[in-house]
Amino acid sequence: MLNRYPLWKYLLILIICVVGVIYALPNLYPQDPAVQISTTNGSLGSQQLDRVTQALADDHIQVKSTAMTGNNTALIRLNDAEQQLPARDVVDDVLDDNYTVALNLADSTPSWLTSLSAAPMKLGLDLRGGVHFLLEVDMKAAVEQRLEATASAIRADLRDQRIRYRSTDVDDNALHLEFANTEDRDAAREQISQTFNEFQLDNRNEGRRAFLDMTLTEQSIKDIQDYAVQQNLTTIRNRVNELGVSEPLVQRQGPSRIVVELPGVQDTAEAKRIVGATANLEFRLEARPDAADSETETFPFRNNPQRTATLSRDVIITGDRVSSASQGFDQNGRPQVNINLDGTGGSLMNQATRTNIGRNMAVLYIDHSTETRTVTQDGQQVEERIPTTSRSIISLATVQSALSNRFRITGLDSPTEASELALLLRSGSLAAPIYFVQERTIGPSLGAQNIERGIFSVIVGGLLVVAFMLIRYKAFGVIANVALAANLVLLIAAMSLLGATLTLPGIAGIVLTLGMAVDANVLIYERIREELRRKTPAQQAIHAGYGRAFTSIIDANLTTLLVAVVLFSIGTGPIKGFAVTLSLGILTSMFTGIVVSRALVNLSIGGKPVKKLWI
Amino acid sequence: MRQFDFMGKRRIAFIVSILFTIVSVAALALLNLNLGLDFTGGTVVELHYATVPSLDDIRTLLANSGFENFQVQTFGATDEILVRLQQTFSNDVGNQVVAALSSGGAQIDLVRAEFVGAQVGDQLRDQSGLGMLVALAGVAVYVAFRFQYKFALCAIISLGHDVLIVLGLFALFQWEFDLTVLAGIMAVIGYSLNDTIIVYDRIRENIRLSRSEDLAQIFNEAINQTLSRTLATSGTTLLVLFALFFLGGDMIHNFAISLILGIVAGTFSSVYVAAALLIVFRLERQDLIPVKKGEIEDDTP
Repeated sequence: MLNRYPLWKYLLILIICVVGVIYALPNLYPQDPAVQISTTNGSLGSQQLDRVTQALADDHIQVKSTAMTGNNTALIRLNDAEQQLPARDVVDDVLDDNYTVALNLADSTPSWLTSLSAAPMKLGLDLRGGVHFLLEVDMKAAVEQRLEATASAIRADLRDQRIRYRSTDVDDNALHLEFANTEDRDAAREQISQTFNEFQLDNRNEGRRAFLDMTLTEQSIKDIQDYAVQQNLTTIRNRVNELGVSEPLVQRQGPSRIVVELPGVQDTAEAKRIVGATANLEFRLEARPDAADSETETFPFRNNPQRTATLSRDVIITGDRVSSASQGFDQNGRPQVNINLDGTGGSLMNQATRTNIGRNMAVLYIDHSTETRTVTQDGQQVEERIPTTSRSIISLATVQSALSNRFRITGLDSPTEASELALLLRSGSLAAPIYFVQERTIGPSLGAQNIERGIFSVIVGGLLVVAFMLIRYKAFGVIANVALAANLVLLIAAMSLLGATLTLPGIAGIVLTLGMAVDANVLIYERIREELRRKTPAQQAIHAGYGRAFTSIIDANLTTLLVAVVLFSIGTGPIKGFAVTLSLGILTSMFTGIVVSRALVNLSIGGKPVKKLWI
Repeated sequence: MRQFDFMGKRRIAFIVSILFTIVSVAALALLNLNLGLDFTGGTVVELHYATVPSLDDIRTLLANSGFENFQVQTFGATDEILVRLQQTFSNDVGNQVVAALSSGGAQIDLVRAEFVGAQVGDQLRDQSGLGMLVALAGVAVYVAFRFQYKFALCAIISLGHDVLIVLGLFALFQWEFDLTVLAGIMAVIGYSLNDTIIVYDRIRENIRLSRSEDLAQIFNEAINQTLSRTLATSGTTLLVLFALFFLGGDMIHNFAISLILGIVAGTFSSVYVAAALLIVFRLERQDLIPVKKGEIEDDTP
């Protein structure tokens, strides 16, 4: 018998490998250390660039190339990463305050590759460093938001208990309720003290009006603030590392700050927007025409500020109850966000809509932003932050039937907006607004020597595997090594496509998967040897070897893949990232170990009668 | 080919396994893992140098002054240095660092010293615990479906055995346990499972082919048949790991240790825990050969 594949199989394998090579290729083009100059209100042209180049030459800093990358941005590529920081200092000195000078790593990927959206993997914080943001959590707003939420809950509670109140008012650390008379107030106090025990309750009378003052205790303020920082930490982690492969560093620093470090110095403006975005959603019913003013609020529409609608003050649910969200299109091709709510959110939504069919429900878009102004106070420059909150309606639609935990939001301007909103809803909203205190570039956390040793050991490890296979399986070892190379290329291509970040342990992990990836070939070759010992003819031995080993390989790899998939769906951060790499490694090594190596065997000796296998 | 009597020695192997497991559990319970900077957080110190310093010198000075598990990075400019220490934050940590570094004669200003939280949150710990349980359940169901429930039980026990021993040894010797080691442990899980299933696959095949009722004999044959494969795969993987261990430097040192231990334990347990336990669980031929149902998807695909 002969071992042959039909032509289409060879072609398919070839195509997959070529695609792999294309998407792995950008990693071969080194990124240049560069200094990026941008300006908003100065002029940038050859005159400035000449001055900069001259100054750099005076300081013996070698410039690889200088180019304008846009109207107001220019990129100076350098030869030596060591000179990047001094170069930035030099450029910063030459140019005045109208110019922003930032470190950058410029891809040198050729344009035909970028047009296929092929991009190299980024190097991690340990190998290359990145950008460092220091964020401050707005503690005052955290407390205020909690008070607002409590007020809303109390109003619903009082209405349920048929206790009449006049108004609810929030100020520093306290909530004030007004009642028509002391009986109502005492009834309310009785009710409130059961559920809201983080408050200190005080009665106050002004003439005939009766007030209940609810003041947060010291401890509960601290708890709220602690919770806000923790919650923001989690949310930011989710945002910057959705797939778990981007290897950022997010940690708490001091009582109210959060450090975010992102590997690779790319578009910092984009990173800042995603990290600091504070958009959230609220779902509310439109107010009944006869509702009291104290129970309603009026908001403008987002895409048409002239149009307004009056909504009930009570929030059905907020974006915090969203368990998953994805961007999509409706039947008219307009962008929409598909939303799944968690259990509690689903039942709250169902309760609220079931009894209100025919009424309108609004989706309210809330965006907290902070403006930073420098003011002079007592002769000193002080930064003052003015928080602003904008609330607008993105959609107002009639409730047709009771909604469950799954529905969609329309009324968004663009697909980009839809996908950003989906990301924000998925990753959770920030418990309190945050603002940027500091933004720096940060160097690699590993010493140069450590990196060199790490890379060297990885190369030695890889070569040892190759040598081992050659010695043990001779001609078949060559085939196994070609399959191994194909595996490496495909794995790198897949990771580049996912935008993975490469850290030193990550590189070690890839080489390790190579050590394990030869397993499929080892299994097959051992089977072939076994067959040969039983005096099976060569071609039949090959056929039986591949066939027999197949079940073992599938069983072993599928179980491991199962573990990886579970870890991906449940894990966070690094666990998730590891699961992604592991799954990719299993898939590519199964493909190259079984299919590619078989194709090579078939192609080389499968078509002719052979007496002896050199294995 | 020479046949080794693996199953004959299973009692000794059980004793070794149980001993290692007890030591591991005791070490984990009494000594705890020596968690690294990633898990514990510590103190961050920002320094301003009058003249541009060498990072290597800073690292040497800190190490000589008794600081452990630290990171030194440039921060914004070449004369701004950020040091992360595992030491718990207190008011004088910053001054201690400045004192240690000034001994080299450099002019240093302390910009700030603050505590930093863990890089991985509690969420990770809770969720990965849950994740492991779900993953184990998934594996159990798959193995029970493809093989039989006794196989599933033994595979899970063997997997737990390997992970426990690696963790236990890390606790016993107080090696630093950081995120890279966690990744190593997860790779051990993948590897150990792989190994076990390969042995099981051969056992299943041999039971179906043979007429013998002597399971120990069938197991011995299966293990001997897969032995060259097991050694070749473990061998190549260990080759890589020894290269990483001896040449790789601090960063991947512990990563390599976790995997070397894991692979040794995994290879041992696929023979003596996963397979030998099947005898303890009284696996019978009937468990794999369904009566009057005919053969299911055996052999070649």
